[in-house]
Amino acid sequence: MSAATPPLQPPIVDPAQTFGSVTDKISSIVLSKKSPLVWLVGFGIAFSLTMLLLYSIGYLLVKGIGIWGVNVPVGWGFDIVNFVWWIGIGHAGTLISAILLLLRQTWRNSINRFAEAMTLFAVACAGLYPVLHLGRPWLMYWLFPYPNTMGLWPQFRSPLVWDVFAVSTYASVSLLFWFVGLIPDLATLRDRSQHRFARFAYGILAMGWRGSARHWQVYDTCSLLLAGLATPLVVSVHTVVSFDFAVGLIPGWHATIFPPYFVAGAIYSGFAMVMTLAIPLRKIYGLEGLITMRHLQNMAKVMLATGLIVAYGYMVEAFMAWYSGNPYERFMIWNRMTGPYAMGYWALIFCNVIAPQTLWSSKIRNSVPVLFVLSIIVNIGMWLERFIIVVTSLHRDFLPSSWGMYRPTVWDWSTFAGTIGLFAALLFLFIRFLPMISIFEIRQILPQAEVTEPQK
Amino acid sequence: MKLAGASLALAGLSACTKQPVEAIVPYVRMPEEFVPGKPLYFATAIPASGGTAGVLAESHMGRPTKIEGNPAHPASLGAASAIMQASVLSLYDPDRSQAIAFRSDIRSYAAFLGSLKEALAAQKSKQGAGICFLTESITSPTAAAQLRGILKQYPAARWFQFEPAGAQTAKAGAVMAFGEPVDTYYRLDGAKVILSLGADFLGSSPASVRYAREFAAGRRVRGGKAEMNRLYSVETMPTITSAKADHRLPLRASEMEEFTRALVEKVDSPHAKWISAVTKDLEQNRGSSAVIPGPEQPAVVHALAHAINHRLGNAGKTVIHIDPIEPQQGGTLEALVAELDAGKVELLIVMGANPVYSAPADLKVKEKLLRAPLRIHHGLYNDETGELCHWHIPDTHFLENWSDTRAFDGTVSIVQPLIAPLYRSKSIHEFLAAFTELPERSGYDIVREHWGAGKPDFETWWRKSVHDGVVAGTASPSKNVALKTKLPAPAPAATGIEVVFRPDPTIHDGRFSNLGWLQELPKPLTKITWDNAAMVSPSLAERLHLQNEELVDLVYQNRTVKAPVWIVPGHAKDSVTLHLGYGRTRAGRVGNGNGFSAYSLRTAGAPWFGAGLEIRKTGARYPLASTQDHQSMEGRSLSLAGTVEEYRENPDFLEELAEAPPRGLTLYPDHKYEGYAWGMAIDLTSCTGCNACTVACQAENNISVVGKDQVLAGREMHWIRVDRYFDGDLDNPAVIHQPVPCMHCENAPCEVVCPVAATSHSSEGLNDMTYNRCVGTKYCSNNCPYKVRRFNFFLYSDFVNPTVAMQKNPDVSVRSRGVMEKCSYCVQRINYARIEAKKEDRAIRDGEAVTACEASCPSQAIVFGNINDPASRVSRLKAEKLNYGMLAELNTKPRTTYLAALRNPNPEMGA
Repeated sequence: MSAATPPLQPPIVDPAQTFGSVTDKISSIVLSKKSPLVWLVGFGIAFSLTMLLLYSIGYLLVKGIGIWGVNVPVGWGFDIVNFVWWIGIGHAGTLISAILLLLRQTWRNSINRFAEAMTLFAVACAGLYPVLHLGRPWLMYWLFPYPNTMGLWPQFRSPLVWDVFAVSTYASVSLLFWFVGLIPDLATLRDRSQHRFARFAYGILAMGWRGSARHWQVYDTCSLLLAGLATPLVVSVHTVVSFDFAVGLIPGWHATIFPPYFVAGAIYSGFAMVMTLAIPLRKIYGLEGLITMRHLQNMAKVMLATGLIVAYGYMVEAFMAWYSGNPYERFMIWNRMTGPYAMGYWALIFCNVIAPQTLWSSKIRNSVPVLFVLSIIVNIGMWLERFIIVVTSLHRDFLPSSWGMYRPTVWDWSTFAGTIGLFAALLFLFIRFLPMISIFEIRQILPQAEVTEPQK
Repeated sequence: MKLAGASLALAGLSACTKQPVEAIVPYVRMPEEFVPGKPLYFATAIPASGGTAGVLAESHMGRPTKIEGNPAHPASLGAASAIMQASVLSLYDPDRSQAIAFRSDIRSYAAFLGSLKEALAAQKSKQGAGICFLTESITSPTAAAQLRGILKQYPAARWFQFEPAGAQTAKAGAVMAFGEPVDTYYRLDGAKVILSLGADFLGSSPASVRYAREFAAGRRVRGGKAEMNRLYSVETMPTITSAKADHRLPLRASEMEEFTRALVEKVDSPHAKWISAVTKDLEQNRGSSAVIPGPEQPAVVHALAHAINHRLGNAGKTVIHIDPIEPQQGGTLEALVAELDAGKVELLIVMGANPVYSAPADLKVKEKLLRAPLRIHHGLYNDETGELCHWHIPDTHFLENWSDTRAFDGTVSIVQPLIAPLYRSKSIHEFLAAFTELPERSGYDIVREHWGAGKPDFETWWRKSVHDGVVAGTASPSKNVALKTKLPAPAPAATGIEVVFRPDPTIHDGRFSNLGWLQELPKPLTKITWDNAAMVSPSLAERLHLQNEELVDLVYQNRTVKAPVWIVPGHAKDSVTLHLGYGRTRAGRVGNGNGFSAYSLRTAGAPWFGAGLEIRKTGARYPLASTQDHQSMEGRSLSLAGTVEEYRENPDFLEELAEAPPRGLTLYPDHKYEGYAWGMAIDLTSCTGCNACTVACQAENNISVVGKDQVLAGREMHWIRVDRYFDGDLDNPAVIHQPVPCMHCENAPCEVVCPVAATSHSSEGLNDMTYNRCVGTKYCSNNCPYKVRRFNFFLYSDFVNPTVAMQKNPDVSVRSRGVMEKCSYCVQRINYARIEAKKEDRAIRDGEAVTACEASCPSQAIVFGNINDPASRVSRLKAEKLNYGMLAELNTKPRTTYLAALRNPNPEMGA
């Protein structure tokens, strides 16, 4: 997309907005408005689910991972499915904030802040699983290369060690990027807040931002650098996550298509999640002027494109299974399509391949309720994809004598629901205490900004 | 100051809780050969119905921990079956009866003796007319002599015997055929053609271990030699014997007599083609064939089999008759019940037997037992019968007592204790002594006296016999018996669905119910654990629309039992097999409540089968914990097989089935193995699928029992499992057994994916598992194409129970929660051999490092050793044309390889 906006597209922000109105609108959500009832109810539910997560984790630590449905042959179940799903969701945030920043896609400015927050919270949820899925979670630090009296390093050939690096780098860069991006807005909140404590807290977090030209110069350099750092992460994190599977020799895992297919899938699910969150938010907080149809349409297009890549991945998987002539590969895909988890496979095809094809129609792209439903379908579809990859590959591999079934237990579900609760609770807190849309970046793209500042 | 305060507080604390005074006593004189850390082996024997098995018990610091076979004993030849292996577990079973009890109040032995004395005094005047003994089969010559002595003292006392899965019909058959009771055993090493008439001689005979050895020896194909024996099997429910058969005929139990008659009398039969081919084959091998009837077959089938064997000239060559090893037979349980009914029993002594649980339902033993005014029970467990008796006297475990016993061929073994009785228990000899003038004699004195203590040379003889585990020259001589010609008229064939009773392949008649190793041991054919089921053929299931795990009502002679259905390919049509031994209520915490009791349908008149079973659907389901959910090999080249004919024509025929990539096909340099390189070869032709290896491994490596719910969840822990596949027509498929331990791949997929290097490659090619380093990602298990890795999903190991802890092998870590484990090629045994070799400054000899599975294997199918030594047994096996690596096409380079299974079908039988 070029910088020149085609006339047919709706504007990025409502042209009626001004610097003042934008600042008022966004900062008032945090500073002066009473929390709407939806927030209270939503946070209540999310908080309860977070407590359920704590209870599930507590029980897990006391009893052992046998409380889950994992077994031999299916050593990974909801733990890794959810890990990959959450990590994937996070990708949209990084993509929006880093790559689109570098590509100067200014439409991103209204959605990058909460997309980044979503990334962070999704990574927090994702990060729990690799620790919890260990038989002895309290020894997870053995996966880090630290000097120790045992004289032992991690085993660097294992993709799980790469995962540790990839995910921890990803989490720290995302956090940094998000926080740096918040600084000018935190200063705005500091300046506008009436409450002493709030002024103090925002003041600390704003790190002495005064908005001087020097500050802005350092800020721009820093965010560009961070964007440069984060950009390869968009590709690398999910590539490394896909290595967990691709490096294994299990049919259904051992495939070279995995890295690109996983990255596309991650962005796909990430945009779906941004959409799932943005649609209710703009409605509840009356932000239709800031998160406009233009945003929704662009995201729908990204989803369509990445969805097609994912569909290609499914096709290639099936084709290669047949073309390889390898009986184990052939059986694997046949088992996915007709075996005990066939329902899951076809639901996945429906959710990820068939349903998004409706996005070719501009009518659909303009219909907010349809987009919302589609985004949820894609979220489910991407979760199913991970389930199919992890479980159906493992449950029937080489020796029929060892074939088995994976049946998630109540604790699998409660942990999953708990991480959704944690994600939502963090998001609710974020909405309540931080500006969910970047104030200063919106100001940059307002018509006001262009009119008053002549080109140098 | 702070420190002082703390120590004061501590001092106060320890002063409050008074520590018990525990004196430690150093050895003033160390027992002979007793070196801490070094196990000792003692010969002893496991008394069992129908014949004992001689064993060597491994003792660590005075604790027996493992059972190995005794090479000198005829029923063991150095190997040990699953049940033999598990017998050590019963020693430490915390549910074993621990105290003398009168109506469940704990009493002293003196109190019992006093009470018994009174009762006996009352009987003295009537010559003991009110005394009845009920025992199991007694193979101990001393105990038999003691009983005879008591019966002499009380001439009117009676002795009854009850063995729920005994060989009564075989004895009756012998009487029918020869007019006198003889025991029969077989010399399979000389048999080229074997016909099994419902006999599971490889699995459940007292001489199975020996038979498996001889049978496998007759089938071993090595180098140029390609001669094999041929086994025909006719039976109802498939067993491991029929799984090895070259030809198998599924037959209803009620048709076996007709079939055997057709074989003997050459009359017309629906199986004429089969019979004529078998007959021809048998005739061509006169004197070197054997017809073996199963102990559950009717007497007339035994008699007919004797007739065929005599006609073929096999008697004295492959079929050996001897005087019964249990010379005195007591009366039957029916006779005892009749006496109870008549009120003639005043003092009932039940020894070992558990008729309240295992008697045929129509005898109503549970009610009638109560008619005896004084009931005394002597047994290892305070079981269903013990509960209904006034007195319960705990029996000693065979590892705790002195005794003697006889093997299937009459060979006597002296049973020596390895440990003092753990509880206040009395051995059978000490218990029987209570009925004599010297009620408190020790078992040691009694057994020694029986064998002539005090005679010159006795001590030398005694020491040698105890040491060897066999008494030299006690095997019964072969006996010549003449065949009677008169046989009873044929019984009318029954119609309708028949019910067939069989002892369970793992827990037998229920006596091993409380042994977790056996409960969790997958049944060789069905792979079910922890339960029995109504076994039906696929065709019957189709006709009645039955599905696996469907709960049905089995109605037979107005008695009903609820049972889950299990479809067994190869089962005879219109026939339902029920295994005995389940549905116990007082077996202990492990055995209670598993399965259903088939005894509750059984009748005294027809103990093994009967027609007229009705199957009623209930609509309910009952989950069965099978360790193998998929029965077909899906056309994959995993367990390879061929015929000996194919092998003779082209010894390289396997190459078309299994292909391995060239060894250099890798980016990485090969591992270098200087010194030893351990490897294993498993001969699938020899393997019978008997599961001895699985239990041996469990005993050796402290492997946990996880329980039915965990097996259902797919979390069984066996380090070596036996895979079982069905191939071909489901009505009569080929059955394939394949033991699968860790392959110890040279390119191990597990090693590269472990993030913490908890599983790593040793310089000798072992794939080592470091439990302490494992964090439990389970990635290694996911990436193992053989799925041999096992994970401690919960805290499976029992760290609490003191007696259970005593069984643990001190050379192997007991794994805690959250770590992966798997076959280690018994690295502790390799290291033991290494230490011994280093002490003598030499290399480890071939056969010195023996894995537990190899040591126990009755058919010597498993061979372990150094593959760097081209002369080692394992290297020679790996050089065989039949050798292949499973999934070698993945370039894992497995160290465990297989020798393809060869069968020897009769070309005349057609396909």
